[in-house]
Formats: sequence, structure tokens, C-alpha cells
Amino acid sequence: MTAAKRFPALALIVLGAAFMVLPLLIVLDNALKSPADYSAHGPLSLPHGIHLDSLKDFWNRVDFGRVLLNSVLISGSVAVAGTALSVLNAYAIGIGKVSGRSWVLGFFVLANVLPQEALVYPLYYLAKQAGLYDTRLSLVIVFTVIQAAFGTYLLSSVLASFPREVIEAARIDGANSWQVLWRIVVPVSRPTLGVLLVFFFVWTWNEFLLPLVMLPSNDNQTVSVALGVLQGQRLMDATMTNAAGLLGALPAIAFFLLFQRTLTRGIAVGAVR
Amino acid sequence: MTKARLRHPRNTYVLYLIPGALAFLAVIAVPFAMNVYYSFTSWQGVGSPAWTGLDNYRTLMKDSQFWASFRHSLSMVLAMAVIPTAIGLVVAAALFDFVARHYGTRLASVLRACFYLPQVLPVTVAGIVWSWILAPEDGSLNDLLKAVGLGSLQQDWLGDPKFALYSVMGVLVWVQLGFPVVIFMAGLQRIDPALQEAAELDGASWWRRFWHVTLPQLRPEISVVLLWCTIAALKVFGAVYVLTKGGPADATDVPSYFSFATFFEKTQVGYGSAIATVMTLIILALAMVGLRFQTRAEESQ
Repeated sequence: MTAAKRFPALALIVLGAAFMVLPLLIVLDNALKSPADYSAHGPLSLPHGIHLDSLKDFWNRVDFGRVLLNSVLISGSVAVAGTALSVLNAYAIGIGKVSGRSWVLGFFVLANVLPQEALVYPLYYLAKQAGLYDTRLSLVIVFTVIQAAFGTYLLSSVLASFPREVIEAARIDGANSWQVLWRIVVPVSRPTLGVLLVFFFVWTWNEFLLPLVMLPSNDNQTVSVALGVLQGQRLMDATMTNAAGLLGALPAIAFFLLFQRTLTRGIAVGAVR
Repeated sequence: MTKARLRHPRNTYVLYLIPGALAFLAVIAVPFAMNVYYSFTSWQGVGSPAWTGLDNYRTLMKDSQFWASFRHSLSMVLAMAVIPTAIGLVVAAALFDFVARHYGTRLASVLRACFYLPQVLPVTVAGIVWSWILAPEDGSLNDLLKAVGLGSLQQDWLGDPKFALYSVMGVLVWVQLGFPVVIFMAGLQRIDPALQEAAELDGASWWRRFWHVTLPQLRPEISVVLLWCTIAALKVFGAVYVLTKGGPADATDVPSYFSFATFFEKTQVGYGSAIATVMTLIILALAMVGLRFQTRAEESQ
């Protein structure tokens, strides 16, 4: 192909990529306008001067700092606890080769594809009975288990190909199974565990149905739910809607840029859901 | 000797499954069993459930709203699995063996990141952004149409029953596309470049190589992506909640939203549970068929 013939194809794919990003650029553009600027020039003009009031208004209205903290606490706890639970399960299945492991693994796979709709009402009811309704702890418990279903599935297949000589050597040297797990298996599997931590964090951050049901009060809401509820009430004007979109997107984009390598490696490892 | 040595400690490994087993019992198995039990009862969420046998399921079979929501699910499969897979294949192949080869891997990975961006956003953010862009008054899309002289095409994209489902589908294609692109690009790295080069030396055009070399080689990735995206499409909830709440006039209702509304707005817990149970059965059946298909493909390789 000559350079002149190549150019239209390149232009086409760059245009496609631009279309994917365009909605967020429009949001950035309009989040920085004053309401007067917006109503005078519409959504497609560039802002006449940077105007941060919409962002401030939105931040104060939903107490965004608190909502952000809730999301960080819940997603962070789930990432750590979910990875730990996955390691324990996968150690028994992948390295311990416990009998009936294919059934156990099959159960985890089923748990992983189960729609949350089939759990939501009983979980809501049980949380109320246990006095955990409208607490962040209830969500941490539920998502730790849901994410660990996937983690167990992935990690079991990774650990099944763990070099057995290493483990046998350690056992002969007198290490018990807990020491083998903690001193050998966990350090060696660090890259995969890193992938699980990042994925669990992002997935929990983006969850919507269960947080919507389990966390009704403003004080406990996550970023996703706070935005979804506010959108549902249709009370925001145009510039505030854009401020909401921008502030909701920023943490996700920051996290993406920070962990881009881990994320793409994780997808390549087969961390597909 | 290794056998005898390993036999003994093997039993203690079961202990490591205990925390997981208890947690799964409490959070997945028991709640799911409760859901199935509720589906055989009539219950408003207070008092005790009254056993009604198969009544909910009989009603469900005749409920046109359920079947409509299920038909919309098939549209979601189109929007979240079929279309993104088809476009994703072309985009991934173009990025991998056209852009990366002629313009450098750096540009290819920047473009890949652009396609993947919507995947990292919380779905509520995507919903907020698009419901404003598609708004009837001063929405960006309608403004854009007017600016280029196509004002007559302006619509109430999410508020008109004729267009709402297509608008939601369009947004979901945008949300989902990055996933197949990234998976297929990873898969392409595994293909032997000699195959491509041989086809190119034979004078095969880009499209012919795409069709006869790239596609057959990517079969395992294509089946994984189609399976997981189809399951995700059958479960889709957040996007519908934020964009349309199933409206207008149930034009975008899907089973997950239908069950949510039945649980928490109509508080018909028994009926909602029946919807959720049927949804589960469909998804599990699909996953089972897909997994069997996948293991068979792996074994034959």
C-alpha cells in the first residue's frame, strides 16, 4: 500500500477513536461554562472563560468528598478481602488438589455468572434482619464474596500449574502448609494477585444495583449511586449535569492511567468477565 | 515416595476452603435458595410469605410485559455482544497490523486506550453524559443536527418510544466496544506473523487476509467475548436505570429492570423472585452451553 492509499484508512480509525472520546470532551467543555454562557451559546461552543462554580455547586450538593471516601473504602476493602479469600480457596483447589475440586470450582463459576437480581431481595432482607442494612460493611461482605468467585476461578487455574518441586522441597524442609502459602505461593503469584486487586477495585467501584438497594442514605452512598440517584431525580441543570459527569469520570480515568499496564496485562492473562 | 508424602498433607488443605465455603453459603447459596422459595409465594415483603405454588410462573408465561422485556434483552445482546464483536474485530485488526505497522505501536496503543475509555467509566457516568447529549431541548446531538442544517432530523431520542430502544442500544455499543478491541488485540499477538506475511506475498488484500487469516485464528477469543458479553447483556441494569428507567411506556424495559421495579416499586416480592429465577435459568443454561463449547474447542486444538 502506498502512503496516499493508506491515509484514508488511518483517518477513518482516528475518527472512530475520536468519536469514543468526544462525549467526554463535550462534558469537559460544558462543565467549565457558567449557566449564562451555556444558555447564550449552547452546548457546542467553547467556554468564554473558565468557570468552576458548577463543579463547586455539585461537589457541595452531594457532599462529593464523602461519597468519594465511601467508594474508596468499600472498593479498597473488597479488593483486599476478595483477593485474600480467592487465595485461600485457590490454594486448596489448585495446589491442595482437594477431592471433588472440579465440583467446587464449578460452583464458583456458577456463583460468578448468577445475576444479582436473584440475590438482591434476600440480601436486602437478611441485611435488615442482621442490622447491617444501610452500612458500608454489608456491601463489603457481599462484594468480597461475589468478586472472590471470579478470583477463585482465575487463581485456581494459575496455581494448578505452580511448580510442584518447589512446594515439595519446602515441605521436606519442614514447612507446614500455611508457611508454604505465605512464604512461597503468595510472593511468587504477586503479579496475578496485583491484577485481581486492581480488577476487584474497579468492578466494585462501578457496581450499581446492590449499592443502590443496600445504601439508601446519602451518607453511605458510593459515587455510582449518588450520580445515578441524582440523575433519576432530574433536578440538575445542564452545567451541573456536566459537572457531575466530569467529577464522576475523573477518578475512573485517573485510576485507568495509573494502572493501565496492570489492566491490559490482566485482560491478556484471561481476566475476562 | 512423593505420592506417600503428598497423600498425608493433602487432607489439611480442605481447611483452607472453610472460610470461603461459609461466606458463599451466607451470601450466595442461602439468598439464592430464599429467592427460589419466594418465587413460589405471594409476599409483599412484610408478614410471612403465602405459598401459591406455580401461580407466579403461570402469570409470568402470560405476562406480555415480561415477554416484551425479554425481547428487549435480545436487542441488548445485539448491542452489547454481536455489534461490538463485529466492529471490535475490524478495529483490533486495523490497529494491530495496519496502524502499529505503518505508524508505530505508540499511536496504536493511544488509539486502543481511546476505544477502551468508556469501559472504565462507571455506567452511571456514561448514562448521565449520554442522557444529556440525547436530550430533546438543547441536547448536543440535536444542536449538532441543527448546526449542519439537518434540523428536521431532531428527535426526543430517549423520550420517544419509537427511538428510545435504539438510542439505548447505541449508547451500549459505545460502552462495550473497548472490551472486544482489547481482547482481540491481545489475541492477535499470539498469531504467527509468518501467516500474514505469506498471505501478503501472495498478493492478498487487507480484507482478504482479515477474512481468511485473522478471523479463523481468533476463534477462541471470539467465542469468549461473545459468551461473556451476551451474559453481561442479559444482566444489563445500570444503563437502563439511568438512561430511561425502562420507559417511555416500557419501550426499553429489560428483565433485570422489570424484576427490580417489581421488588422495590410494586413490592410484589414473589413475582419479582419468579422473574429473577427465570432470568437465572436462562443465563445459567447459556453459560453451560458456552463453557462446554469452549472446552471442546480447547481440547480439539
